[in-house]
Amino acid sequence: MEKGERLDKNENKNNCSLRNGLIPNSNYQNHYLSREKGDGPFVLTHEEQALKASAATSDHDENVDSSEEEPQHEIVEFFEETPLWVAILTYLGYAILILFGHFRDVLRNWKLEKAPVAAEPNKEGWVPLYQSFESFYTRNLYMRIRDCWNRPICSVPGAEFNLMDRETPDHGWTFKFTGGTTKAMNMGSYNYLGFAQTEGLCADAAVEATHKYGCGMCSSRHELGNMDIHTELEELLANFLGVEDCMTFGMGFATNSMNIPIFVNKGCLVLSDELNHASLVLGARLSGATIKVFKHGDVADLEQKLRDAVIYGQARTHRPYRKILILVEGIYSMEGSIVMLPEVIALKKKYKAYLFLDEAHSIGALGPNGRGVVDYFGCDPKDVDILMGTFTKSFGAAGGYIAGTKTLVDYVRHRSHSACYATSMPAPVAQQIITSTKIIMGLDGTDDGSKRRGQLAWNCRYFRRRLHEMGFIIFGNKDSPVVPVLLYCPAKIAAFSRECLQRGLATVVVGFPATPIIESRARFCLSASHTKEMIDKALAIIDEVGDRLSLKYSSMPVPQFSEKDEDFKKR
Amino acid sequence: MFNFLHMCGLAAEATLSTTASWDLYETIQALFQAPSYHLVFEAALILWIVGLLFTKSYSSKVNKLTLTDKEKADLVEEWQPEPLVPNVPEDDPELINIRTRIVDSKLGKYVTLNGQKCLNMASLNFLAMVGKEVIEEEAVKSLKKYGVGACGPRGFYGTVDVHLEEEEKLAQFMGTEEAIVYSYGFATIASAIPAYSKRGDIIFCDEGVCFAIQKGIQASRSKVKMFRHNDTADLERLLTLHAEEERKDVKKARVTRKFLIVEGLYVNYGDICPLPKLMELKWKYKLRLFMDESISFGTLGKTGRGVTEHFNVPIDDVDFISASLENALGSFGGFGCGKSYVIDHQRLSGLGYCFSASTPPMLSQAAIVALDLLKNTPDMVDRLHANSAYLHEKLSRVPGLRVVGDTVSPVLHLQLAESDRKRASAMATLRCIVQMAEEEGVALVVASYLEKDERHLPPPSIRLAVNCDLDEKEMDRVVEVIDHACLASSNS
Repeated sequence: MEKGERLDKNENKNNCSLRNGLIPNSNYQNHYLSREKGDGPFVLTHEEQALKASAATSDHDENVDSSEEEPQHEIVEFFEETPLWVAILTYLGYAILILFGHFRDVLRNWKLEKAPVAAEPNKEGWVPLYQSFESFYTRNLYMRIRDCWNRPICSVPGAEFNLMDRETPDHGWTFKFTGGTTKAMNMGSYNYLGFAQTEGLCADAAVEATHKYGCGMCSSRHELGNMDIHTELEELLANFLGVEDCMTFGMGFATNSMNIPIFVNKGCLVLSDELNHASLVLGARLSGATIKVFKHGDVADLEQKLRDAVIYGQARTHRPYRKILILVEGIYSMEGSIVMLPEVIALKKKYKAYLFLDEAHSIGALGPNGRGVVDYFGCDPKDVDILMGTFTKSFGAAGGYIAGTKTLVDYVRHRSHSACYATSMPAPVAQQIITSTKIIMGLDGTDDGSKRRGQLAWNCRYFRRRLHEMGFIIFGNKDSPVVPVLLYCPAKIAAFSRECLQRGLATVVVGFPATPIIESRARFCLSASHTKEMIDKALAIIDEVGDRLSLKYSSMPVPQFSEKDEDFKKR
Repeated sequence: MFNFLHMCGLAAEATLSTTASWDLYETIQALFQAPSYHLVFEAALILWIVGLLFTKSYSSKVNKLTLTDKEKADLVEEWQPEPLVPNVPEDDPELINIRTRIVDSKLGKYVTLNGQKCLNMASLNFLAMVGKEVIEEEAVKSLKKYGVGACGPRGFYGTVDVHLEEEEKLAQFMGTEEAIVYSYGFATIASAIPAYSKRGDIIFCDEGVCFAIQKGIQASRSKVKMFRHNDTADLERLLTLHAEEERKDVKKARVTRKFLIVEGLYVNYGDICPLPKLMELKWKYKLRLFMDESISFGTLGKTGRGVTEHFNVPIDDVDFISASLENALGSFGGFGCGKSYVIDHQRLSGLGYCFSASTPPMLSQAAIVALDLLKNTPDMVDRLHANSAYLHEKLSRVPGLRVVGDTVSPVLHLQLAESDRKRASAMATLRCIVQMAEEEGVALVVASYLEKDERHLPPPSIRLAVNCDLDEKEMDRVVEVIDHACLASSNS
């Protein structure tokens, strides 16, 4: 949220040294954003918010919750600044790696070192398929720590899973399977509600659907690929989401990339968050519309760009834009942040823009009823023009949906690239979604759904609070099940991943280009299937590894929020 | 200090003028010999450059100054966007199709369409894999081991051992070094093309390619040259024109990759690409050949290995082959195969591979079992060829229709014989035929295209998909029903 808008360095240094002392309010607010909404216009600039919040806290320094008068609307997001010395060390780390990379490239050029990988044969007169600088990073940085990704599993990706053991004789160029497996706690898969299961209602229903409808479809929705199971699924989802209608597709990525082009085209404007997922970016690019990018989660920047677009129209011709579409995600999977939906809705209404909300990570995982970020903020789903989501994460299935008014969905049915040319969703997958949605909605007659939601929400708060207390720098909203822990130095990416796995915890680490170059991070995805004991065990491992690798960079005061029931009601 | 700056300036000048051989000694010599006005001039230039570095770039928002706040507010007030989506009329054929043409059984050789049992000539289930019990059994076993979803992309614990097995078996079957599996048939070629072909590269592409290839090309932002469908003479014309351009700009040609993108068997026309001739052009003009075999994989060639087997062309000579697993294998997803140095690149650059959840393991398992079936019972491909030829021959005798497509192709397009009809009226007639056939118990489908989005809209047709399990009696019935419907529709 606050990236890019930070205090100047002097004040920052102050903040770093004041870890356990009194908190200067102005610094404090910048890193630790407590905001109020629901009081008139949502659109406040950041300075206004900071002022407002610091005014609220200046009376009682120890009071962390600035919006205590209105506890119902409290949003807390964290984006702690990279400490200067860490930034310098990180750049130094990359500099050394790049230097060594070039050195080894020279050795390879002189055939003093062999790269055991299939390279393009040198053919006279042919333009090489890859530019050599394109692959420098891959060859010299990624290859050496490649074992941290693509780890194959051989069981259901539940709370725990089995990893297939691999060994690499040549530092990541090639892998061999040893035949053994390692059991590890799974904090890498997107299994928010724990529906990655091999038994229970969902699995039974999916088995039945396989027997009834088979595995494949071999036809598109415009042709013969319409089954009653699709109709049932779409009616149920529309009901769940609180909208008029809904259409489903076989792949989540394609739901974005193959549908955005039908909403906007030349002469329209797409305003896209800078950290939007590749599928949204591709969809926007394929549409032919003008694309402008606003700072991540920065509502003020969004308003500025919206306003300019409405006032000045298209570049060069200055004709007014035909439509403006705002693309945002509910939860950002690399930041753990939650979109400020009420503010975005207020803006889109003010400027008559349209809103496309990608709930890939938030649907099911957020909100008192599991209806995603719309539910979390108590917004009206009708205020979002296009609701999009995927079934890979919370539903333990695959595919995606577009939902909204009947007019909208009818148009999607008529015009969607996916509906016309791509195979429709296989029946077992559709059935898995139907059953899991019914459980989330409580239509199965049990409280399983609300238990799962409760456990997940508790896990998020508890895990995040404990990490804060240990002194890690973590990003995102306190209610987000995606928890990025900042690692910074390139060498620590692999070290963290390997050390954690050695102790039985499997996690995802990400670095450039998925993140800014210095903000490499580890990402934990919480699940309702994690019990408190598991989370405690994971925390103990993270604590130990964090000490070993000196990862506890935070100089921010430990935020005060808890996983107790009364605190949840504040949401 | 001043001297140093001069030296730098001259050094820069020397490097610019005699790029390769710059000699320190010569520069110092030049420094002493240079006239003083020259040195002053150099100094002024340097100062100017330094000045430029510290001045702000010009503001592109000059026009902002001309509007008052009131005017801005009025403009915001005034602006009315177009509606997000237009209204789709209730009688839109696609809408009606999605709402009312509903199957409640397997999409096998027979389907229950709106409660009525129909012979399925519409879905691309060429090898009758949908409905095979052994596949379902194995899929269910896999479901009981892995659950349904993979819950993550390949990079982040979404790689299940089943996926690795699937890739290995596909590579082995196709006889290539490596294969890569995508979780959506459409996304395979659409992701693969932009992974290689970038802005500035050039793509030669057949006009008749399917929509997925069109989108892939669009995403690549490369320059595109379309040649007439299956017309190698037209392709060669474009290639010679391009060679001409290359000769003019050798520097650019040295960094411009050239791609030739075709379909093995065109889903929109039912004909096979002239691969031997394309290979010839590929070598002659140094093109990378990408071929989508979504229809031909599993259906062409003696053992179903596709167009390369059909023409007996070594598969390694084709740079990249992609295919959907959603047709002949009756599963879900797609794959690409070729040399390792080609395929491996997609594991970091294929958007649909990196950023999408992997295929549900049970569906990958279904594909593996189907592939094993295809490998072990190659006679299903023979039967498919025989059925295609039979139907082709019989249908070409139906008056009022024209059959388009190769006799060996399992996809047949039935067009109206009178070619001067308006598109809308032809579509209406074809829909009428489909409707009547459905009442007679044969499920057909009018090939569906997004008329506004296709680069080259294929003519309207009924697309027939041949199933290897059809027997002669069933095929005769199909022909008879179509014949009747055709006659009735021309009378009405």
